[in-house]
Amino acid sequence: MEPSLETYLALSGILFAIGAVGVIYKRNAIGMFMCIELMLNAVNLSFVAFARHYGDVTGQLFVFVVMAVAACEAAVGLGIIITFFRNRESIDVDDASIMRN
Amino acid sequence: MVTALFYLLAGLAIACAISCVYHKNPLYSAVSLIGVFLSLACIYLTLSAPFIAVTQILVYAGAIMVLVIFVIMLLNLDEDKPLNSLTYLYGVGGGLGLLLIAQAIFVFYAVNTAGQESVDSTAAGKTLSIGLAMYTQYLLPVEIVGILLLMAIVGAMIMSRRIREPNQRKAEKAVE
Repeated sequence: MEPSLETYLALSGILFAIGAVGVIYKRNAIGMFMCIELMLNAVNLSFVAFARHYGDVTGQLFVFVVMAVAACEAAVGLGIIITFFRNRESIDVDDASIMRN
Repeated sequence: MVTALFYLLAGLAIACAISCVYHKNPLYSAVSLIGVFLSLACIYLTLSAPFIAVTQILVYAGAIMVLVIFVIMLLNLDEDKPLNSLTYLYGVGGGLGLLLIAQAIFVFYAVNTAGQESVDSTAAGKTLSIGLAMYTQYLLPVEIVGILLLMAIVGAMIMSRRIREPNQRKAEKAVE
């Protein structure tokens, strides 16, 4: 007896919600970055669950694409964070106010 | 057996995710996030997707989290500030989170009432079938991903390069 598709989707939704709340709660840029990774993983879980449910390989293939996009995001995002820290001596997102007014 | 394993791993994933959001220290958050990735990789194994499980561990827990922890160590961060000036955002965040969980429960029931046409196939997760689909039917997305990775490499190099001071640039022009 395997868990049904909706159980996987419920787990995926709960993880996505936790990640979304984390993006709003976190003050430092690295914490927000990690919560975005959590949301991407929740989406990956629903892709794999659908691929299993329909017996189709397409879902797993697009998990691969999402992982590549996450790797690109890690490279560029951490570059932005390091550049921001070099200019401001902090990675608090509230300090990123140079464009305000 | 699989159901018990799934609930164990799902509980572990949710607990690690909450711990990742809760901790103020970014290093604790990173270690909790690695826990989420590992339990999700085990769930992929129970979903008969061994290739995705291995890739999850290699790419996420291996490459991305090592990079994140490296940056945390490099920047030598202290703890997150406890209080935000915009305190109403905590209420907004909690409301949005509850809304998303309600949406998850809605999906739970919508899928439950829809027609079940489950195709029981464990062959779909094999590395052979993924590779075949990747290099025949879905060649264009793979090429796009390759170009995207190249652009990310170039962008990261340009961004993290140290920019020269303006007066130094003027001095160089004067020399020329």
